[in-house]
Amino acid sequence: MDNYIKDRKVDSNEWMPFTGLEDGDSLPTGDIYVPLEEWLNARETLLTRNGRLGVALRNTDDPAIIKDDLERLDLVVLEFPKMADGRAFTQARLLRERYGFKGEIRATGDVLYDQLFYMQRCGMNGFELRDDQNASNSLKAFDEMTVTYQPASDEELPLWRRNK
Amino acid sequence: MYQYSEQDHQLLLERVSQFRGQVARRLKGELSEEEFKHQRLRNGLYLQLHAYMLRVAIPYGLLSSEQMRTLAHIARKYDKGYGHFSTRQNIQYNWPKLEDVPDILDDLAKVEMHAIQTSGNCIRNTTSDPLAGVARDEIEDPRPYCELIRQWSTFHPEFNFLPRKFKIAVSGATQDRAAVAVHDIGLRLVKSKTSEEIGFEVYVGGGLGRTPMLGKVIRAFLPKQDMLTYLEAILRVYNMLGRRDNIYKARIKILVHETGEEKFRELVEAEWEKIKAGGLYLKEEDFNWVKGFFNDPEYDILPDQDADFENLMLSNADFARWVDKNIELHKQSGYRIVYLSLKTAHQPPGDVTADQMDAIADLADKYSLGHIRTTHRQNLVLSDVQLKDLPALWGELKALDLATPNYNHVTDIISCPGLDYCALATARSIPISQAITARFDDYDFINDLGDVSINISGCINACGHHHVANIGILGVNKKGTEVYQLTLGGSAREDAAIGKIIGPAFEADEIVDAVSEVLSVYLENREDPEETFLTAYRRLGPALFKERLYG
Repeated sequence: MDNYIKDRKVDSNEWMPFTGLEDGDSLPTGDIYVPLEEWLNARETLLTRNGRLGVALRNTDDPAIIKDDLERLDLVVLEFPKMADGRAFTQARLLRERYGFKGEIRATGDVLYDQLFYMQRCGMNGFELRDDQNASNSLKAFDEMTVTYQPASDEELPLWRRNK
Repeated sequence: MYQYSEQDHQLLLERVSQFRGQVARRLKGELSEEEFKHQRLRNGLYLQLHAYMLRVAIPYGLLSSEQMRTLAHIARKYDKGYGHFSTRQNIQYNWPKLEDVPDILDDLAKVEMHAIQTSGNCIRNTTSDPLAGVARDEIEDPRPYCELIRQWSTFHPEFNFLPRKFKIAVSGATQDRAAVAVHDIGLRLVKSKTSEEIGFEVYVGGGLGRTPMLGKVIRAFLPKQDMLTYLEAILRVYNMLGRRDNIYKARIKILVHETGEEKFRELVEAEWEKIKAGGLYLKEEDFNWVKGFFNDPEYDILPDQDADFENLMLSNADFARWVDKNIELHKQSGYRIVYLSLKTAHQPPGDVTADQMDAIADLADKYSLGHIRTTHRQNLVLSDVQLKDLPALWGELKALDLATPNYNHVTDIISCPGLDYCALATARSIPISQAITARFDDYDFINDLGDVSINISGCINACGHHHVANIGILGVNKKGTEVYQLTLGGSAREDAAIGKIIGPAFEADEIVDAVSEVLSVYLENREDPEETFLTAYRRLGPALFKERLYG
């Protein structure tokens, strides 16, 4: 089991992380995602492949760095090195709302039941849950709360104006 | 007062049921203590020295009598018969059992109350002026803005895991009764210099704790329509750039300090440019809607004098003292604002028993349109009392031990719970405040001293706000002994200042004498009785005080 949720369904993870790109001949096939530095160093080579491509950001990276590349990417991977580190919430909203990214925004690291609600509101739709989490039990976390006050990636207006 | 919509109610019900689930998962071991900690903290539940402590939010310090009765019920049923009003206008219960907490939250939800975001690294309960809507020096009522901030910040998905806790205060009057300069963000309602337009002066990066700092004005005038977009921009910059490597350097004040005020302002303004036209831009219809909840009550048209009141003032010195100290003028003729002093010799500062709470609720219904406010100096306010009712109200408050005539005077002490309750404390603070109260509990002396503040913290986290007291006391543990540092010259008002340590610390049995000496230096050196302690201290400087204390 991949312990992976995509668009609110337990799914299998087709993507492979890929690092240590040394020469173009050894590029793997299939869907891969690479660290931002690899992408910046070898963008053209990576684009010669047939498989889908993703980029993994550190949570200190400004997503603006890849804003012009987003049309060529199918996945952006964000990290939660620990649960309390919430920088990727901002990154996700910027990717979705400011730069209009349509592909998958995936949460990795300390991805736990109680954050899923907030993560989806910020535009994340792929979740690599931490090993000890149970993906099918976690699906209900998305609907524990149904009332949202403020605009985010899932709502353009605050609650007080939606009611009008 | 804001009235919950169906959706507000729905959200509270969902929240309680979510918390029940979290407690159940914790008890089954599916949630580690560390991970549960993050969840329970976002519901105001701390683990303290002897028990859990539950902090209940009182949005911008406003309570209905019905809510006060529920607070009394909780104190009686789930705690030891009392609650503690804090410097953030909230109430804390010191003895709840973990398994009872979901039931407590259910009881709170029935009266539109909760413990959401009263702790944890998220946006906390917004605090404000306890005299909002009734003060004579008000530019505009801050409560509608506080309510918009409450809604915007509740379960904000982007800002629920910030580097550190985040506190916002809003003041709408000329005098600052909300201590805006010592909050992560302070908003002061102001009129534009060039038009009649209302907006905000925006302070960022104030705070107490280990590194006390006053907020910097990063915008002198922000149109009110831009309030939430601007807050969102500040929080976004902080969420991305605030330090997460060191818990003691994680507050926004450190980011502002290390980035530099100018550069920080540029970052915020650049972010704001990109979101200022978004969904959080406030329209006239939004203000009209939210202001509708805070319309003036239908005040009676009354003269600003009353014969019975005048007579009692002349015939009863105790009544006259109480009126002189604990009554404030009201914007409406024939009405007065009444401070209920929670500072007596018989209870720790801010503590109220369940019976007192019920009685206060009854008094609010009888004399003050059913509303009660909490203050950041840990007192309560009845905001709409008719002048003619003051004699009767005074009689009832006296019987409840809530009429000590000491508001903003020397025995109106702010104190954190200290080592008697708190897991972080390094020294006791309640016994010190009680010893000071016992020493100076004489009306003539208190009256002669005039306006002066004493605040006590039991550790460097400074929950007792000692840095911004005229006379601040900080308890620390020095080689196994509790000793007390004295800080002079602070202020939490519109002339905000961080006090300075005057010299080496005093032992517990010396600190009251030291405070007494400080007060004597003031009394001996003031120009006249009109010169307050703070004004005199600022004129005299620390030398005289130092000399008296240390020779």
